[in-house]
Amino acid sequence: MRDSLPMKNTSATPLGAGAKRSTPSGGLQAWLPRLVLAPSVAISLFFVYGFMLWTFVLSLTSSRMLPSYDFVGFGQYSRLMANERWWVASTNLMIFGVLFVLICLVIGSLLAILLDQKIRQEGALRTIYLYPMALSFIVTGVVWKWLLNPQLGIQAMVQGWGFESFRFDWITNPDMAIYTLVIAAVWQASGFVMALFLAGLRGIDDSIVKAAQLDGASLPRIYWRVVMPCLRPVVFSAVMILAHIAIKSFDLVVALTGGGPGYATDLPATFMYAHAFTRAQIGLGSASAMLMLGGVLAILIPYLYSELRSRKHG
Amino acid sequence: MANVIRRQTPAARLGRGLLYGVLILAALFYILPLVVMLMTSVKPLSEISAGSLLSFPQNPTFAPWTKAWGEACTGMRCDGVGGYFWNSFAIVIPAVLISTTIGALNGYALTKWRFKGSELVFALMLFGCFIPFQVVLLPMAQTLGWLGISSSRAGLILVHVVFGIAFTTLFFRNFYVGIPNELVSAAKLDGAGFFRIFWRILLPVSAPIIVVSVIWQFTQIWNDFLFGVAFSAHNTQPVTVALNNLVNTSTGVREYNVDMAAAMIAALPTLVVYVLAGKYFVRGLTAGSVKG
Amino acid sequence: MAALEIHNVRKEFGSERVLKDVSISIDSGEFLILVGPSGCGKSTLMNAIAGLEPVTSGNIYIDGEDVTWRTPADRDIAMVFQSYALYPSMTVRQNISFGLEMRKVPKAEREAAVERVADLLQITHLLERKPAQLSGGQRQRVAMGRALAREPKVYLFDEPLSNLDAKLRVDMRTEIKKLHQRLGTTIVYVTHDQVEAMTLADCIAVMRDGHILQLGSPDEVYNNPVDMFVAGFMGSPSMNFIRASLENNNGGYQLRIATPGEDELVLPWPEERIAADMAERLNQPVILGLRPEHFSEEDERLTSQAEGTLLSASVAVVEPTGADILLRLPLGEQEVTARVGPKCAVAAGERLALRVDMGRAILFDAETEQRIA
Repeated sequence: MRDSLPMKNTSATPLGAGAKRSTPSGGLQAWLPRLVLAPSVAISLFFVYGFMLWTFVLSLTSSRMLPSYDFVGFGQYSRLMANERWWVASTNLMIFGVLFVLICLVIGSLLAILLDQKIRQEGALRTIYLYPMALSFIVTGVVWKWLLNPQLGIQAMVQGWGFESFRFDWITNPDMAIYTLVIAAVWQASGFVMALFLAGLRGIDDSIVKAAQLDGASLPRIYWRVVMPCLRPVVFSAVMILAHIAIKSFDLVVALTGGGPGYATDLPATFMYAHAFTRAQIGLGSASAMLMLGGVLAILIPYLYSELRSRKHG
Repeated sequence: MANVIRRQTPAARLGRGLLYGVLILAALFYILPLVVMLMTSVKPLSEISAGSLLSFPQNPTFAPWTKAWGEACTGMRCDGVGGYFWNSFAIVIPAVLISTTIGALNGYALTKWRFKGSELVFALMLFGCFIPFQVVLLPMAQTLGWLGISSSRAGLILVHVVFGIAFTTLFFRNFYVGIPNELVSAAKLDGAGFFRIFWRILLPVSAPIIVVSVIWQFTQIWNDFLFGVAFSAHNTQPVTVALNNLVNTSTGVREYNVDMAAAMIAALPTLVVYVLAGKYFVRGLTAGSVKG
Repeated sequence: MAALEIHNVRKEFGSERVLKDVSISIDSGEFLILVGPSGCGKSTLMNAIAGLEPVTSGNIYIDGEDVTWRTPADRDIAMVFQSYALYPSMTVRQNISFGLEMRKVPKAEREAAVERVADLLQITHLLERKPAQLSGGQRQRVAMGRALAREPKVYLFDEPLSNLDAKLRVDMRTEIKKLHQRLGTTIVYVTHDQVEAMTLADCIAVMRDGHILQLGSPDEVYNNPVDMFVAGFMGSPSMNFIRASLENNNGGYQLRIATPGEDELVLPWPEERIAADMAERLNQPVILGLRPEHFSEEDERLTSQAEGTLLSASVAVVEPTGADILLRLPLGEQEVTARVGPKCAVAAGERLALRVDMGRAILFDAETEQRIA
């Protein structure tokens, strides 16, 4: 019975039906998974990677109304760098992005921690905090435009209460209008951060907190020293998603300020759209789109890298 | 968490009161814009200019809604947002169904029929979730033109399917990873093939993720503005574009009540979905951040 | 003709070789158990037999037909999975008949098969339930029922009892044995539990690192292990391995166990068990393998009849199991376990005279860990 000793014959070829296949399954069956995925892969290659390349090519041309393939090297990029409106848009994105991400994180984590204290009606409160995320940015923009309207909105309301000197006219003030974008975007997205944090909190092992309590730590201390460090991945994902929303922000600007007053609230996304579609500057628009892609990649690559690393080690 | 045993000292009670105070204040911050929107949408114009934001409508009227639906001017045309509302549905429904179906099959093939390079294929497709869509706008416009479907609903459906399958594939892949491979092995031994296993074994247990995927795609596509404004003509616009046009049409008196009614109309479908299936909505939102 | 023949099967994942020229052949109606620690390749071999994973080279024959490149469905095998893998959306009845349905068996026949199997496994009352409504033991039965319904040539069991609690596991083990005796089916069964292997198998294949170390009956594998790994793996508590040196003893052999600071300990090797190559190993270190039951307490009344060598040791730990008592005793540089009768009244710290059954002892090479005698 002991016939398991290594035998010399190492080049055993299958004798059975037909040639050797990669898997022991019928011809078509073996290829079906690949066939099913093929259209999606093709779509992805063409519509995502191909289009990115295409846009890059366009950004190297002098295209205006229509795409032309008259190459001007990186001329469009230097034009972009010299374009004051682009700088306004980029600076705006920095201000908007940083404030939006930070405020959302603070409000979101705070609400999540407060909601995690065995609150009555937690479900109802959660629903209320999160519903703006279901709305279109256009709707958000329309509503906040109305609320921020100095003649009819919050300013008028507070003045009506007797505070005649109350001023809240940021939306018409070129220096302040960018902050109205922050307010509306935070209103829309902070509930989502709350949901992320709450899910994270609920996922933490109870016994860690119990152990900390037995060690005599106070509740705020437990949150700061024990719980929050556990939520680092949540913070990471939240920053990632929020930054992504910020860079892509287009609809909100269109609906709330229209980029105005003047172009005081332009963001790269609106800049790109305006130049590519309404100002007949396809080359310049493409260059700005490529820079936006660069911005996203700058955030995405470290994220994916750490994500893959942690998966390998975890 | 928070299974703290508290003695009901006065200080603790004060703390609890404060806690609820902050939570309710926050709730007001989130809910008031919706309340104002709703109240404004049923006020006559005279009441808006006379009263304050939060004043309750004295003579509620449904006229702004009917006007927003059927008569308000959106750009050149004055036939309300009703038609665009149906436009949105005509775009959203096929796009959601197609992208969810493709995503389900992709997720199934990627997890249960792994092959050399299937992880690479997934990574390749996943990237589509992250790109800023500005980078595909111009080539897309040209491609739709070549295909002869620029400014058509079919074109918008195609665009939403193309950029939706990255998400739906992600959802289904992450869900199917959790389904034991042994189920598929058992079915293979029982003699079932690729599609049969999907149809008979996987699909019947996929209800939760189908709901997540449908809701996510529905809200994403319904709320889309960028593709809508870039790739539609006046008669194929989705409701978000029509709403924006309505609000920004600068002819005659600004009818804020009509604006708000139109905004409500545009918001209602996704709000209804959110209220009915909030749990799944949250799962879709967080799916991107949950490791697969 | 062999019901299942595995010929020089190799499996490589990249550069990692998971199966290294495995060959096994079993007859119709035989119960083969693949046993070994996790990662030894037993599950891979099982999946290769099932056709769920392609082999790198080698051939698999079922009933004389080469099935190496056939689909799982075309091999006429059924499998019971560790997780049972019951289709969650189907009732028990649908689960059992699914395989027949896929093979286009007429409905009436399917129904008859379901009834037959349900009757056999006493799950008739569960037929309309969904898997989620079943207990662990019930799921296990349904999983077996699904395999039995098709009446395949070979059954594969992949650790089918490992998800059950201890008592149920013993019951189901008996039941599987009864079923096998009654139906005379050919079964390949994977487990890491050596008790299951001993109790169920006609034939055990002990695997390690992608090799089959030993293929034989439970008795052979237990009493005549080929090396220290097999000897240590089979049996619980496992075999004691005692370092010793082989010495000449008036033409015969004896084993000296180093006992620093104590009386010397010498065990004579029984003459009838002298192996040819023992002479080459004189005065070299060897490993003496003694199972716990090879020790017995010295009982005055039995002294006259009892065979074996006496030794005396102080007891470090006494572990009564109910049926018998396990004693831990220091012996030279190591601690050994001895299994004695439940009446043995000894306390920790006391000295005890033990009789060693050298007739069943096994000698291993200290270097290669292979068996010498």
